[in-house]
Amino acid sequence: MTRIARIIAIMTGLALVATGCLGQSDEEPSDTQRGAEATEVTLTIAANAVSGGKNAEEADWIENYVIPTFVEQQQADGVDVTVEFQSSGVDDEDYKSKIALDLRTGSGADIVSLDGIWVGEFAEAGYILPLTEVVGDSVEDWDGWEQIPDAVQANMAFNDERYGVPAGSDGRVLFFNKDLFAQAGLPADWQPASWEEILDAGRALQGISGVTPIQLNAGTAMGEATTMQGVLPLLVGTGQRIYDEDAGTWQGNTQNVRDVLTFYQRVYGEGLGDPTLQQEAQGRDKSFAEFAAGTIGILMEGDYFWRSVIEPTAGVAPMPTRDEVVGYTKLPAMTPGSGLDGQDFVSMSGGGGWVLNPATEFPQQAWELLTFMNSAEATTELVAGGARLTQREDVNDEILADDPMLSFIAEEVVPLSAYRPGLAVYPQISVALQQATLDVVTGMPPDEAAAKYQEAVEAALGGADDIASD
Amino acid sequence: MAQQTTLPPAEQPAPAAEARPRPATDVAGLGRGRAAAFVGPAMVLIAVFLVFPALWTLYIGITNYRLTGVQARVPEIVGFDNYADALGDPTFHNALFLTLVFVLFSAVLGQNLLGFALARSLATLRPVLRRVVESLVLLAWIIPGSIVAFLWLALLDRDAGTLNALLQTPGLAWLIDYPLVSIIVFNIWRGTAFSMLLYSAALASVPPSQLETARLVGASRWQTLRDVVFPHIRGHVLTNTLLISLWTFNDFTPFLITAGGPNDRTEILPVYIYNTAISGGQMGYGAAVSLIMLVINLIIALFYIRLLRERR
Repeated sequence: MTRIARIIAIMTGLALVATGCLGQSDEEPSDTQRGAEATEVTLTIAANAVSGGKNAEEADWIENYVIPTFVEQQQADGVDVTVEFQSSGVDDEDYKSKIALDLRTGSGADIVSLDGIWVGEFAEAGYILPLTEVVGDSVEDWDGWEQIPDAVQANMAFNDERYGVPAGSDGRVLFFNKDLFAQAGLPADWQPASWEEILDAGRALQGISGVTPIQLNAGTAMGEATTMQGVLPLLVGTGQRIYDEDAGTWQGNTQNVRDVLTFYQRVYGEGLGDPTLQQEAQGRDKSFAEFAAGTIGILMEGDYFWRSVIEPTAGVAPMPTRDEVVGYTKLPAMTPGSGLDGQDFVSMSGGGGWVLNPATEFPQQAWELLTFMNSAEATTELVAGGARLTQREDVNDEILADDPMLSFIAEEVVPLSAYRPGLAVYPQISVALQQATLDVVTGMPPDEAAAKYQEAVEAALGGADDIASD
Repeated sequence: MAQQTTLPPAEQPAPAAEARPRPATDVAGLGRGRAAAFVGPAMVLIAVFLVFPALWTLYIGITNYRLTGVQARVPEIVGFDNYADALGDPTFHNALFLTLVFVLFSAVLGQNLLGFALARSLATLRPVLRRVVESLVLLAWIIPGSIVAFLWLALLDRDAGTLNALLQTPGLAWLIDYPLVSIIVFNIWRGTAFSMLLYSAALASVPPSQLETARLVGASRWQTLRDVVFPHIRGHVLTNTLLISLWTFNDFTPFLITAGGPNDRTEILPVYIYNTAISGGQMGYGAAVSLIMLVINLIIALFYIRLLRERR
């Protein structure tokens, strides 16, 4: 054996020994009381929010209310707390990668904002743990739980265990521009009863030059926004969830999926939507800007769009005339009564929340900060700047009356709403759906796109056993 | 390699029994210990930052390791499945094909020819003018990638882009309708500076007397270039082409402009790896593709080095 060969052999050996640690070992449960008596505590909060940009309201709330108030409270107890805020203002997928890498390496913030659909895969990876394992059984005693409806708690739960505290919920509706509707001779109190009526309105708007009648999110560049504000709300309008919990099957190449893709084909094939925009890297931001500029007629979005995007002062794409010009209406099923459980109108709800980093040095104090952030007092403060559906019923009851949009979502939309499955494989299915819409938008017939989608789902699930197709 | 047992420490007399004359192994007179101490830190750095990551990638590449989900906690060894999947995957073929087109047009042809043309025409320019042009070209090379990407997005924007304003083509979405051409032109613009500098230096090494002779015997421009200039700079051409090919092959900056889209039409290999490994979470698969990419890099390098040797 030559010396080089020997060196390579030794290196390989060393590397193989080291690589034994790929993946997370099942460690002993660590001491939940560690650092509980410390008098100097540093905590970090991470969220995909940044002052002056994405989710600015939330960022300002953390920086101007949560941190100073909590620090003051702790000082009164003789604890010197420093709370830092790690802000981001990026696409959700990028934020997710960053958080996954943080948690994987045992670093990152102590309190982390997560989208509800990531909880399953993060929990399976061991990046996050049930709250009782991080903090101890005392989490069960928090009085906030009884204010949070079970459906909302489920957003941050996995396998019937709570991994975090949810931060509110939302609903999807159709937004429309009343000025453009008036020009096209459409009513200001528009309420379509079927998909066909959406297309009819789109055709009426087609006559106005410089206007894109319908913005229906499509393509992979928009990421989850395509799935959640496009495919899934349409799919429940055909009477199916993407994952049927009773049967344990995912939607594959079914008539329902083909119906949804056919609707996409009609919107984009008939020139009612802008196929180019769906492919642009910054397409979603552009669609916001165009709606705010009054060049999009109808747009499907969550209430997030209302309170964070076209919000007249602090929005990403502020629309000063929002309250007068923008109408909102429930999304109809494909045909009356064809929706989930025979509903005439449908919606999808989601929501994120806050988890604790299992590697935190101060689990007790982090939990204290987390419960403070989700107290009635702090939650009321968060929505003071603008209405949103919070996780807490007591707070909702108080603020509902003041905001017509919020009460519309809470009273008329959320009761109709369906939720995404909290399964680890969901994000992969979601990407397959996005690709299917992209294929249709760029000219592939819906049948072909649906067949291709089925293949992608089979690859994600490792077989066709749990897939419904017809 | 010499048998290490017979390597003498410096103070020991050479054994008389040694029949063959041996090349001096310790010209600097450091002795084995001190020599090792000098080389040690470098070897450790190489081991930690090059050899180990490479082997680690090799290892991850045979697992089904993912960024999240249950495979992140307990990855399984899947052998060569990832490699088989990649080689059979049309999106991988697409990425490889796009990368080769991207390298051929933006580096091998674009940067090379434009760099050479600039170097040659600048040589006859007034020094002041030459320095101005050189600085401008260099600027494209020096500015950080993220800023450059932002500038190009503004240039090519569909609604308010500079290019559309200049060409009077409102609403033309360059990055959607001509995505690959856009990033090829972008990369030529970005990387030409290096070729220009290298060729400027190379052209200076062509003896003026030979150029003068060529002129006197009435050689055309093309003949001069082919028979006088090129033989002198052949080595430079090959070195330059090798370097810019490898850089372009591994370049990630186009991601900042198109993110691989629309519909994978600019998904060159580095972007493909990012999209599958980081965004898609398929770390194992991404590692396997990375290794395939490394092998392709080596093949390109070997090919050029072969050409370079033939000259000597």
